[in-house]
Amino acid sequence: MSPERVVIVGAGQGGLQAAISLRQNGFDGAITLIGAEPGLPYQRPPLSKAYLQDGKAEALVLRPASFFESKQVEYLPGSSVLEIDRAAGEVRLDGAGADRRLGYDHLILATGTRNLRPPIDGLELACDLRTLDDAARLREALAGPRRIAVIGGGFIGLEFAAVARKLGHEVSVIEAAPRLMARAVSPAISRHFEDWHRARGVALHLGRAAIGVDATGVSLDDGARVDADFVLLAAGVRPNTELAEAAGLETGNGISVDAQLQSSDPAISALGDCACFPDPRSGAMVRLESVQAATDHARLIATRIAKGACPDYQALPWFWSDQGDQKLQIAGFAGPGATEEVVSEGLVARFDAAGLAAVETVNNARVHMKARKLLGPGGSADFAALKEAIAA
Amino acid sequence: MIKVTYVAHDGTETVIEAEEGTSVMQAAVSNDVEGIVGECGGSMMCATCHCYVDEAWEAKTGARSDDEDEMLEGAASEVTERSRLSCQIKLDPSLDGLVVHLPEEQL
Repeated sequence: MSPERVVIVGAGQGGLQAAISLRQNGFDGAITLIGAEPGLPYQRPPLSKAYLQDGKAEALVLRPASFFESKQVEYLPGSSVLEIDRAAGEVRLDGAGADRRLGYDHLILATGTRNLRPPIDGLELACDLRTLDDAARLREALAGPRRIAVIGGGFIGLEFAAVARKLGHEVSVIEAAPRLMARAVSPAISRHFEDWHRARGVALHLGRAAIGVDATGVSLDDGARVDADFVLLAAGVRPNTELAEAAGLETGNGISVDAQLQSSDPAISALGDCACFPDPRSGAMVRLESVQAATDHARLIATRIAKGACPDYQALPWFWSDQGDQKLQIAGFAGPGATEEVVSEGLVARFDAAGLAAVETVNNARVHMKARKLLGPGGSADFAALKEAIAA
Repeated sequence: MIKVTYVAHDGTETVIEAEEGTSVMQAAVSNDVEGIVGECGGSMMCATCHCYVDEAWEAKTGARSDDEDEMLEGAASEVTERSRLSCQIKLDPSLDGLVVHLPEEQL
């Protein structure tokens, strides 16, 4: 029997997509979507890009209020879940829905991540960039000339750095790893972006950890100082697994789910940034931070709930990052230890023991899209085929 | 306000009104028009807002850009001469009454 009441914890892009897809699949039971933030669900990726420049908050909204009425989705903004009572099949709410208990037949955890706050003295002086509120504060800060230090040379830190530099601010980026975006891209692509940011006047401090933040800047572990009157912390995230852990669900680097994206309790699924799932290609448990994973997960879970069954998860991961005029796109996912072959400047193929794992491109959407076909379900995932496609 | 008609693959027409400056993708998503996904929010990263501009409107919407052309490489449905990424068509008064046709699938 299909469940009658679905409760979704987390109203980011993945949580909302689950509600949308449930209705698209003909699910006619009750849907409740619980979001910690006020306002309508919105897109996060533009917060470190377009929004910082245009300030158009309304353009970020994923669905209008009328969607929730017409699709009969109960949306509870400004609310959070305090506890999952698996025995009773209920969640206990806090915030706007305080003291309410909400029964579920199926529970979807889309709790996302929160910013990692490394043990750095004075870190409370640093701003975050995660929510629309954060981004609005950053926009205000960027209104006057600033000397900015960014702690963290990943996607978010670098996207922000590119915007801030373009607006004429002095920008330094501090990255503890020896290269930029080390967790996500090959050394060759790291170098490409290192050169690009340096050529635009961004000061990069690679292989240096921040150890203290104060009103005049950031202290590094080699004793150097980065002068700054504004500090952004963008040092990665950690998955919000506490609710799942407290409820006794299996967790690792995220809430552990199987190839059906079901947790260790069959009445609970998890999706997106908070979920640790078997990579369809390697079988290794992975946790991805991307719009693609959140929405593809959501679609699978919704299909399974509405139809009673669905094929195992097999979507190809893809990622993007806009840094100034440099459009980085990644098709596939290369785990740690992958090797690289530079095809040309800004076009890198990555390999692991099983062969071609990922293709990274800069300003080359054509090859990116071809790579997505080759690496995706039914593709040949073959380097020779990729080279042929590039030449075509 | 600018009027846009979306013709679904099965022929169903949805007429909406949107503000000038909105993209054809945004207008569809915020009016709950099914058949346009717009996964990446208009960053030209996903090709899930594919549409076919009605013949009568082709001249007014103009040709697609090279970037759009490249992303359409990965579109889920057939790409024709009239294929566009709807996030790249911004509504202005000259497009009042615009008609676009939607593909069978976007994913």
